[in-house]
Amino acid sequence: MILVVLISILFLGGVLAWLSEGLDSKFPRVVALVAVVIDLLVMMALVGADTDGSSWIVQLNAQWIPRFGISFHLAADGLSVLMMLLTAFLGIVAIGSAWSEITERTGFFYFNLLWTLAGVIGVFTALDLFLFFFFWEVMLIPMYFIIAIWGHENKNYAAMKFFIFTQVTGMLMLISIIVLAYFHYIQFGWFSFDYFDLLKVNTSSAIEMWIMLGFFVAFSTKLPSFPFHSWLPDAHSQAPTAGSVILAGVLLKTGAYGLIRFAVPLFPEASMQFAPFAMTLAVISILYCAKVAFAQTDIKRLIAYTSVSHMGFVMLGIYAWNEQALQGAVMTMLAHGLSAAALFMLAGGLQHRIHTRDMDHMGGFWAKVPRLSFVALFFSIAALGMPGLGNFVGEFLALLGAFQASIGLTVAAAFGLIFASVYSLWVIQKVFHGAYRNTDFDDAHLDDLSRREMFYFAAMMIGLIWMGMYPQSFLDLSATTLTNLLNDTGQIFSAQGGGL
Amino acid sequence: MITSFDDLLPLMPLLIVTATSVLVMLMIGIRRSYIATGAITITGLLAATLVAVSMMDWTNQQVTPLLIIDQYSLLFTVVICASAMILAVLSFPYFFELDDEKEEYFLLLTIATIGAIVMVSSNHFVSTVLGLETLSMSLYGMIAYPLHSEKSAKYPLEASFKYLVLSAAASGFILFGMALVYAQTGTLSFASVIDLPQAGLGEGYSIVAMLMIVSGMAFKLSLAPFHMWTPDVYEGAPLPATAYLATIGKAAMFVVLLRFVQISDALSFDSMVTVLTLIAAASMLAGNLLALMQDNLKRILAYSSIAHMGYLLLALIAGHYTTGTIAVEAISFYLIAYVIMSLGAFGVASVISSSEKEFDSIKEYRGLFWRNPLLATTFIAMLLSLAGIPLTVGFIGKFYIFLSGVEAGLWMLVAVLVLGSGIGLYYYLRIIYRMFMPEKHVQPYRVGGVEAVSSYAVLAILLFLLLLFGIYPAPIMSVVAAASAFI
Repeated sequence: MILVVLISILFLGGVLAWLSEGLDSKFPRVVALVAVVIDLLVMMALVGADTDGSSWIVQLNAQWIPRFGISFHLAADGLSVLMMLLTAFLGIVAIGSAWSEITERTGFFYFNLLWTLAGVIGVFTALDLFLFFFFWEVMLIPMYFIIAIWGHENKNYAAMKFFIFTQVTGMLMLISIIVLAYFHYIQFGWFSFDYFDLLKVNTSSAIEMWIMLGFFVAFSTKLPSFPFHSWLPDAHSQAPTAGSVILAGVLLKTGAYGLIRFAVPLFPEASMQFAPFAMTLAVISILYCAKVAFAQTDIKRLIAYTSVSHMGFVMLGIYAWNEQALQGAVMTMLAHGLSAAALFMLAGGLQHRIHTRDMDHMGGFWAKVPRLSFVALFFSIAALGMPGLGNFVGEFLALLGAFQASIGLTVAAAFGLIFASVYSLWVIQKVFHGAYRNTDFDDAHLDDLSRREMFYFAAMMIGLIWMGMYPQSFLDLSATTLTNLLNDTGQIFSAQGGGL
Repeated sequence: MITSFDDLLPLMPLLIVTATSVLVMLMIGIRRSYIATGAITITGLLAATLVAVSMMDWTNQQVTPLLIIDQYSLLFTVVICASAMILAVLSFPYFFELDDEKEEYFLLLTIATIGAIVMVSSNHFVSTVLGLETLSMSLYGMIAYPLHSEKSAKYPLEASFKYLVLSAAASGFILFGMALVYAQTGTLSFASVIDLPQAGLGEGYSIVAMLMIVSGMAFKLSLAPFHMWTPDVYEGAPLPATAYLATIGKAAMFVVLLRFVQISDALSFDSMVTVLTLIAAASMLAGNLLALMQDNLKRILAYSSIAHMGYLLLALIAGHYTTGTIAVEAISFYLIAYVIMSLGAFGVASVISSSEKEFDSIKEYRGLFWRNPLLATTFIAMLLSLAGIPLTVGFIGKFYIFLSGVEAGLWMLVAVLVLGSGIGLYYYLRIIYRMFMPEKHVQPYRVGGVEAVSSYAVLAILLFLLLLFGIYPAPIMSVVAAASAFI
């Protein structure tokens, strides 16, 4: 029941926020903030709850469409809870970043923001594949509106591209889901879309590979991974800051979550065969997108490409499929969620102040805005994987796990860390160091971070330091889930020579 | 033969609509009153809808060799009468300011509805032709209706003639096919076609006969490559008539095609499967691709209807390979979904338009969301449903189609469906994006008087149904499943 409450608070909060605009255009943000904070507090009840050995903390299962065995099945385990906490936390951060940036049509904006978050929470908790797909698409439409209405100069193109990429690949996943449910029908005589029922389905290897690919394409588009990443830089550079925060911090993680929860456990054999390809794609993402990031002059596009590069470590970890690698993938998801969100907020903040994202026009900002520059430096070195911060733990564990699976690919992927240092420090050097120049823009509004902004950034810094210094508190939460997943699929991997 | 009152009872919805049309005609003869004719039409259609709903549980009877009144035909009688009523409500304000005799429009509308009801109850070639021609003849008139108005819709006469000539040619094809069947079997019921291959001239003859019939029907359904007339006729006709053609016209024809294919087992011939597969794939691709570059809302919806008919055809082909009623259910559910979302989309355009000024360029929808949020929300929901996005009935419909395609193993067509839907997103989003643009340089819409209030009410009902069937489809699914067992 608590899961329904979590989702409905956001849905209802969204409607209330929209309605409250009629009273005052400043009300919606307050309503939205209250809704997400309440959500976060409710979620706290799930942290560290007693689970009696099974990894599921809460479950809810109600009939929905009996004709096809579709149920309203929500459940949360440690992994879901971690992801939900990240969602709610970044939801608050996103509202903070929109606080003064969004001044037009505020009601509808916060409505869309909260509905996106509701869809994401649904994705992280749905255990019926039809329901999962339902939420998967529900989070898409409000995000489309956020980009299309409050975006920047080329918003129509970016929003359209985002929508079509995710929707078309989503349809492939829907077909895979239907085929899987149909196999269940053939083998058991009744339709079911339930996760636990579908885990029992046996499929012949050729078909299994095709079904798995349907899931993989959808998830790796959302992740995104090479070669399905091209929507991301456009979406990020055109989205308003809050949109970027949600997109980078939360939406991308749904792809990784889908791989861990569905793509691999449902099709262990096919995943095992496919793992070398997936890991190769991951390494290409890491290296290629790091290279492309280096060639960008648009600061938001640059951060977007670094996102793709860092999410490559997540994919690498997932397809290595052992305990360290999976823990690393989950840690990277959390840490990247914070660091990428923070970097997009900084880029958005800069754009809000000087109305350009072109780094060729920037330089020497440290003298003018020292606090902002310090925060940028902090999150850049977090993103490049400085020990002591969360990203390092995640990427290190992912590489450690991947090393057991494939030495060659791991060595290649490790170069990503070096590239990350190069482009991160290059940005710092270009934008913040050197002599201050303001020939190309009007710097009348180039103020340093306000107290409110400092508060949000400080919260994210604390989060990253916590993850870096004491990662165990996060690892513990997802450990049961991951070990259970490994136990259920583990034999298949080891029987075939282990370690992929 | 009809020998007693009990035999007439199953025909109640048909009789009510017929009586309504007679009443409307008499009313016009006695005293012209737009309000009274409108009210009679709407009441009559509402009564027919309710009667048909109440009959669904217990009526299953062949009335004369021509008409079968079972749960399935009653389900679609309900759909048709309800849609006709909704269209009558939408037409009322649309023609309110027409500077011409406008009462006869309702007469045409009710007569067309009689034709549609006959079609969905038909399992005999005679009733098919009677129903089809009754429907088409009335539609010619409805399409050309604002003919004498100076500022009227752009090309009603051209559209009507185009439809008349091409539709007559298509009817010719159907009749020729029927004549071929009759020449060999000596009867005109759908069931007789099964015996055709054994009756003398063999398989080739049967295939020719069936191809004639099916291609004539494909023309009426505007399936590619028989779709050329669709955009022009849609664009030229007044909005409520376009909506009638697009919803009731298509739904009634598809039910006939479904019954024909199911009863005659036409798909047991491989060549028929090949032809229909090609038609389905061509429709899905052509419809979606040609819609990309259009700026006129009616033309976009015309092309999108071509694509939607292609999706339905996929399920029709799947019916041959699947056991159980899944494919028939998919077709029935999708038809209902299609009727709801098309009525909604045309309805939104219709309430801001009138016979004097139609808002049919997508440019004119700029900023609709900020000018009239409720209307825009309805429109967006309808368009997202046409695109097959969850929370709407269109998604459940597409889910059904996918399911039947997967069960039948029609991978090629399913792939085309994904591709087509992907292309389709582009033009639906284009319209939606316009609605969110800032409201600059916009023309004022028609400000509805008191006569337009009911239009908003039916739009609200359509939106409610769209979301209800999209979020909680279980009840309607069981109705559709029960009815589909009769095919």
